[in-house]
Amino acid sequence: MSQVAEAAVKKSEPLFSPKNRRLLTDPLDDNNPITVQVLGICSALAVTTQVKPALVMAICVIVVCSVANLVISLLRKGIPSRIRMIVQLVVIASLVTLVDQVLRAFLFDVSQELSVFIGLIITNCIVMGRLEAFAMGNKPWPAFLDGIGNGLGYGAVLILVAMFREFFGAGTLMGYKLMPQAAYDMGYMDNGVMATSTAAMFLIGIFIWIQRSRNTKLVDVS
Amino acid sequence: MPINTNSNGYTFGYAFVMTLLVAAILAGVAMFLKPRQDAELKLDKMKQILNAVAPINDKSKVKAEYESTIKEVVIDQTGKVVTDNAPAAFDLDLRKEYVKKKAGEPYNMPVYVYEKDGKKDFVIPLYGAGLWNAIWGYVALKDDFNTIDGATYGHAGETPGLGAEITKAWFQDQFKGRKFLNEKGEYEFRILKGRGNELEGKPHLVDGMSGATITGVGVDSMLRKGYQTYKTYFESMN
Repeated sequence: MSQVAEAAVKKSEPLFSPKNRRLLTDPLDDNNPITVQVLGICSALAVTTQVKPALVMAICVIVVCSVANLVISLLRKGIPSRIRMIVQLVVIASLVTLVDQVLRAFLFDVSQELSVFIGLIITNCIVMGRLEAFAMGNKPWPAFLDGIGNGLGYGAVLILVAMFREFFGAGTLMGYKLMPQAAYDMGYMDNGVMATSTAAMFLIGIFIWIQRSRNTKLVDVS
Repeated sequence: MPINTNSNGYTFGYAFVMTLLVAAILAGVAMFLKPRQDAELKLDKMKQILNAVAPINDKSKVKAEYESTIKEVVIDQTGKVVTDNAPAAFDLDLRKEYVKKKAGEPYNMPVYVYEKDGKKDFVIPLYGAGLWNAIWGYVALKDDFNTIDGATYGHAGETPGLGAEITKAWFQDQFKGRKFLNEKGEYEFRILKGRGNELEGKPHLVDGMSGATITGVGVDSMLRKGYQTYKTYFESMN
């Protein structure tokens, strides 16, 4: 868990030094918030029936996670340690409220579809986990990258699950019919299980299985 | 002198300033975005009303279609159409009007009259209680004031997969062609318990939702209440 320790980033270090790049790429595979840390499962099961809401959810989490990381990292030296969790929560809750308001004004249909789940980003363990584990002890720029990285890692799994579920559950992707009518004529049927959250659990389980059998580093991480 | 960030004074001060700052930012953004959000809500309401009669998917056409096909009418507690100083039908808050009705005060109710290509439907709005929160809907009646031509429902907080099924096509589609009244002119429409009921030749029954009986009962009584509210209006039109 290299990134938990205080990163000794020097002033002269380039913005996208190898170390900073790892902050972006690590959460995509070796330290994925969903498949390795097993966080944020609730929303991963709930908003993955279709690709579009999953995509919007992923973008929202990337925005909230990176900006919250940035804000907390900027404030980290002034935050009274006794109320630091409260401060973190206030920052997250304000950002989520902002995102929710913006969605309501500009993407009304999507906000109706995601309904309570946008609000539930507040309780998404990934966001608060990154604030407590990374932003409180690192400079703003690495913290910002870490937020984007973890948001991406979360979003990637979300979209992958949603692609499987939408294609096999409804024969569409992003709302476009992809399964040919000929297949239905021959007796193919959309899989109803894919529309339920149970399917997402199986899919995530399979992803974890594939990832661990390819990446032996992860086998001992529980 | 460095500030002691762990002192009580600092902690309280920090919390106080933070709260004020966050409140100001959020209030500002909410005020700034309000007009746009209201416009979206209005458009969504138009879409819901149209969906009860003539479903429309293209959002950009909703406003034009609504304005060309729907005539808004306001009725009072006696079922008469209000022509003088009528409040805007679209802006009537159904919840408040039902409160007035319950208290025995005069009230107004909106009717959305749809007319296009010789088809004339009367869309009445519905408002009631689900399991967790408010539910609402629009039901379109043919000009016999008995046959349902379509229905849409919405909810504020029903459980996805259970009560929230009222927004799904399978639930709403089965209302089309059903009748509120029996041959004797009595209200007989009912939502059954669970799915898969034998409905052949029973024009007054529709399936409910398995695992969401209370939401089903909510929709049922919302329809009954809606019909009773407009009964005198319907009778005066016949």
